[in-house]
Amino acid sequence: MDAIFLQILNGLDKGGAYALIALGLTLVFGTLGVVNFAHGALFMMGAFCVVTLQKVLTIAKRVKDPSVTFFDAYKEQPYLEIWFGDTGRAIIDYVVPISILLAIPIMLIVGVAMERGLIRYFYKRAHADQILVTFGLAIVLQEIIKSFFGANPIPVSAPHVVAGSAAIGSLVGLGDAVVYPWWRLIYLLFSGVVIFGVFAFLQYTTYGMVVRAGMADRETVGLLGINIQRRFTIVFGLATVVAGLAGVMYTPVLPPDYHMGMEFLVLSFVVVVVGGMGSLGGAVTAGFLLGVLQSFSSMTEVKAIIPGIDQIIIYLVAVVILLVRPRGLMGRKGVMES
Amino acid sequence: MSVSPSPKKELATIAIFTVAVLAMPIWLAPIGAAYPDLLQKFAIFGIFAIGFNILFGLTGYLSFGHAAFLGVGSYTAVWSFKLLTMNVLPAVIFGTVLAGLFAVLIGYVSLRRSGIYFSILTLAFAQMSYNLAYSVLTPITNGETGLQLTQQDPRIIDSMFVEAGAGLPSTTLFGLKMSGYPGFYFCAVVLIIGFWISLKIFNSPFGMKLKAIKSNQTRMGYTGFNTRPYLLVAFVISGMYAGLAGSLMAATDPLAGAERMQWTASGEVVLMTILGGVGTLIGPLLGAGVIKYFENIFSSYNENVLHQIFAALPDPLEDAVVAVTSLFVGEGWHLTLGTLFMVIVIFLPGGIVEGARRLKSLVLRPTVRKYGFKTDQPTTRS
Repeated sequence: MDAIFLQILNGLDKGGAYALIALGLTLVFGTLGVVNFAHGALFMMGAFCVVTLQKVLTIAKRVKDPSVTFFDAYKEQPYLEIWFGDTGRAIIDYVVPISILLAIPIMLIVGVAMERGLIRYFYKRAHADQILVTFGLAIVLQEIIKSFFGANPIPVSAPHVVAGSAAIGSLVGLGDAVVYPWWRLIYLLFSGVVIFGVFAFLQYTTYGMVVRAGMADRETVGLLGINIQRRFTIVFGLATVVAGLAGVMYTPVLPPDYHMGMEFLVLSFVVVVVGGMGSLGGAVTAGFLLGVLQSFSSMTEVKAIIPGIDQIIIYLVAVVILLVRPRGLMGRKGVMES
Repeated sequence: MSVSPSPKKELATIAIFTVAVLAMPIWLAPIGAAYPDLLQKFAIFGIFAIGFNILFGLTGYLSFGHAAFLGVGSYTAVWSFKLLTMNVLPAVIFGTVLAGLFAVLIGYVSLRRSGIYFSILTLAFAQMSYNLAYSVLTPITNGETGLQLTQQDPRIIDSMFVEAGAGLPSTTLFGLKMSGYPGFYFCAVVLIIGFWISLKIFNSPFGMKLKAIKSNQTRMGYTGFNTRPYLLVAFVISGMYAGLAGSLMAATDPLAGAERMQWTASGEVVLMTILGGVGTLIGPLLGAGVIKYFENIFSSYNENVLHQIFAALPDPLEDAVVAVTSLFVGEGWHLTLGTLFMVIVIFLPGGIVEGARRLKSLVLRPTVRKYGFKTDQPTTRS
């Protein structure tokens, strides 16, 4: 029972990341009709916003180490610590949450620039062309990051307060032995909030209503005198921000390296297809569902029955779904059917 | 309009191609590409790309999982070396056939869907094979280490004829060692045969049907064709080409690793085909050659070499130029590749072949545009 509970949490956690990326992919596809293979690279760029900020904040000066009295010892002390003392130390500690503030404008600019500079020339071209050009872009972004930060994963730690584990078992009546890392709980909560925010934006604001109308029938909305193109550009930026934030928050879980985006991209595409191309709810549901399935299949008990199932479960589910329900779980009629 | 060009023209094409391929060590020498290892790569990736083009170029179905067949071919060939004989011929045949069987299986399922769903399905199958090769299938694939030859391998057929030597045996073709130039010529002959088959397919009624599927599948259906069998045959043929390429890789260098099946490897062959020219006969080959050549040249450059190249420039300028260019060479070769790829897709979707055609029409038609005539139409008719 304990194990199952923990696996569900694990799965939801992983599923949160899948759902966030898949949500952005679906938004872009639903609005602009573009298949964006560079979305994983945007996730990665979000993660590297944290790395950059961490590097900047911890620029250090060599100072004499007063704790060693026998000889002259030196240590590196970040300027922030020298200037602001404990406040500086706290800022460095909270690098991940602070990065969110940095990542939002950066990712928005990246997204809008990408849409205006590249994607808009590809609305009318074949999906194969869109896949190819964004695939190329993903390689370029990856390599740029690699040339700046190197090929090795760079560890980033969560704030000290939430570094430990939460005794979550006592909350749900499973005993104190069941614990779960705080940060992963926060991530789960965070992804829930972001997903809810995006949905609320689309559902309850006039802006979102126009965007949804545009998704349904772009031409008519345009005829009504609304500049739907500009709104779609903003939506692309929004999708970029969502991917970036998913990356920012994921850094303490997985040390970022330059090709982390590609791994998530492939999985997220599978998630989108399982959920149904163009269906936001489908993408989110499928994301959590596949996350949970994956974490269950990686339990030793399951692996003892079907060896290697944890490696292929997501793809297997995708194949079955695509063959049984060609439109995915919640796909609408007429989307991507040629 | 006849479907296929005259047999004479076909024969001429294949004759020119044969001469060009076999003479590669000569005419590639001036650009420093005439050494066996690289030439082998040209031929092998050429085969891979030609095969991929039969599917993507003719039918428009973009597969992101062809590396799986490459991997299957490699593993099969190495197992053939381990169990039966070091002769490359059976290895290549087994590799191709097994990859073909795999392609039947994957193709049958994947081809039930089209468009991006097809891409995702093939990608899913390839990732499954890759993940399995790394984990549960370790007894067959030897996991991360990769499958290698060992002293203890049975090699049933070989051991009947000759006593096992002291070191590891090398791959042979009836006694001829498959390293260096013999290896290249073996690959080259296979490439020529592969090219010939692809030429035949392009000019056959079957090829026409595939092209018709690409231009309008619905109309094909209304005309009374069941398109799926044709698609499946195209998929299997192209999978067999990939298997062939994989087994040749193992034949020239007898080891196989799972990274050959990763989807980035599938991406590479897509790149080659696009770069050369999708749907053209010679394009994929050119693309494969260009990518492998530049990979080889660019990744060997480092800052010292760059400093030598730009030594003529004034020092501060030299440093700046080297700093920028060094991003694109050596370790950063993939950056060049990605940029090149984007440029091609954006500006020249027809690839090198399209570029050459445009260039030709520029050169061959003297422009009279400044007098207000359009060069596209004959101006003398009025």
